[in-house]
Amino acid sequence: MNRLYLFFHKTGSPPWFYKYSGYLIPWLWAGFLLLTAIGLYLGLLVAPADYQQGESVRIMYLHVPAAWMSMMIYGLMAIWGFIALVWRIRIMEVLIISSAPIGAAFTLIALVSGSLWGRPTWGTYWVWDARLTSELVLLFLYFGVIALYNSFDEPRKAARAASLLSIVGAINLPIIHFSVLWWNTLHQGSSIGTSGNSIHPSMLWPLLYMAVAFKLYYGANLLSRARLRLLTQDHRKRWVQDLLTKESS
Amino acid sequence: MSRQTSPTAFAALLRRDFLLAYRRRAELLQPLLFLLVVTTLFPLGVGPSPQLLANIAPGVIWIAALLATVLSLDSLFRSDYEDGTLEQMILSGQPLALIALARTVAHWLVAGLPIVLLSPLLALWMNLPAEGMSILIKSLIIGTPVLSLIGAIGGALTVSLKRGGQLLSLLVFPLYVPLLILATNAVSSSVAGLPYTGQLGLMVAGLIGSLTLAPFATAAALKLSLS
Repeated sequence: MNRLYLFFHKTGSPPWFYKYSGYLIPWLWAGFLLLTAIGLYLGLLVAPADYQQGESVRIMYLHVPAAWMSMMIYGLMAIWGFIALVWRIRIMEVLIISSAPIGAAFTLIALVSGSLWGRPTWGTYWVWDARLTSELVLLFLYFGVIALYNSFDEPRKAARAASLLSIVGAINLPIIHFSVLWWNTLHQGSSIGTSGNSIHPSMLWPLLYMAVAFKLYYGANLLSRARLRLLTQDHRKRWVQDLLTKESS
Repeated sequence: MSRQTSPTAFAALLRRDFLLAYRRRAELLQPLLFLLVVTTLFPLGVGPSPQLLANIAPGVIWIAALLATVLSLDSLFRSDYEDGTLEQMILSGQPLALIALARTVAHWLVAGLPIVLLSPLLALWMNLPAEGMSILIKSLIIGTPVLSLIGAIGGALTVSLKRGGQLLSLLVFPLYVPLLILATNAVSSSVAGLPYTGQLGLMVAGLIGSLTLAPFATAAALKLSLS
């Protein structure tokens, strides 16, 4: 068998995935804790308060990485959904549905932290600003995927339906974003971009630490959820039985 | 089984759908009555001030159109799914995307087009200024097919579920957001005397994009629902 094929086949097999993700998870948790500690220390204690926003600017170190994650996870779900639909790899089906609640949680964090920040800065908890609105629509898209998955009895069919919906949603997401952006904008422009940053390094570094920490958290949480889901789905299969007898003996 | 060419199959499907629609015309009327009733509720709810109604008219009419479309989407594939017609369609050897497109076109003609035809009445009720009328109709002509095309994906995904209707609205409303924004903005701009061709142009782009992509997603969803 071709090497690439073998790789796909192996990574796609639940026992293999279960075994190796088990090795990875502690490292991801450790990295997450370490980077969060550094990021929070730098962000909450070292970085200066903003001359306009005051101390409330520190919400940014939670808000911005969460907002990044909310979009990244939806994009990843679409990629996994595509792989799941085309190559029928079951791990991908498990990954997509394990991602959805994490993504929804990050979206919710971004929305809540943003509205808490908006109160002192804009003077209101909620405005129908472009980014807030598209983030809210994103939350509904996540809810749609989760609700669709839960409506089916058979997990594999449910996962394929969820995959298809996340692909459709991901195609629409940029359109939604730009249409809403064009509709109404009060939100700050991006401070970080490829054409140069308008943010001071003392504020940028904690932000980046937090962003990487959130990604590690996502990895750790995702793998743990996926492992649990695999165990539940396969609880009658041989490899799970073997695993259980090995652990209990 | 004689193999028919795709255009013949498309026409045959359309003919069948019209026949079915004609025999169930009372059922088809329901979303339209719903549209009228919902629009009537707005003046009662927000007050009959002509200026206020004129301001919210594009949004109210468009939202009522969205609701009416979603109401009719649930039955788009359901009866075909329940009596096994859908399976036979897949077995027919015709491209499933084509079949999905035919169903969607039929849906637009019996559910979307009547909304367009009713819209002058709704605009009158909502006191929409005369300048906005033609743009409202244009935006509905461009926009309602997109509602049917995107909605068909949701309808196909939920067809095998017993209570798909409520889920369907959760799935498709977020996808309708760009269309709603562009359409209502085009109408409001034309009333305010501002240019609106850009919005309509983007809507046409959305129509072309969903016309070329959505039938494939619908076909994939149908196959998935039948597996």
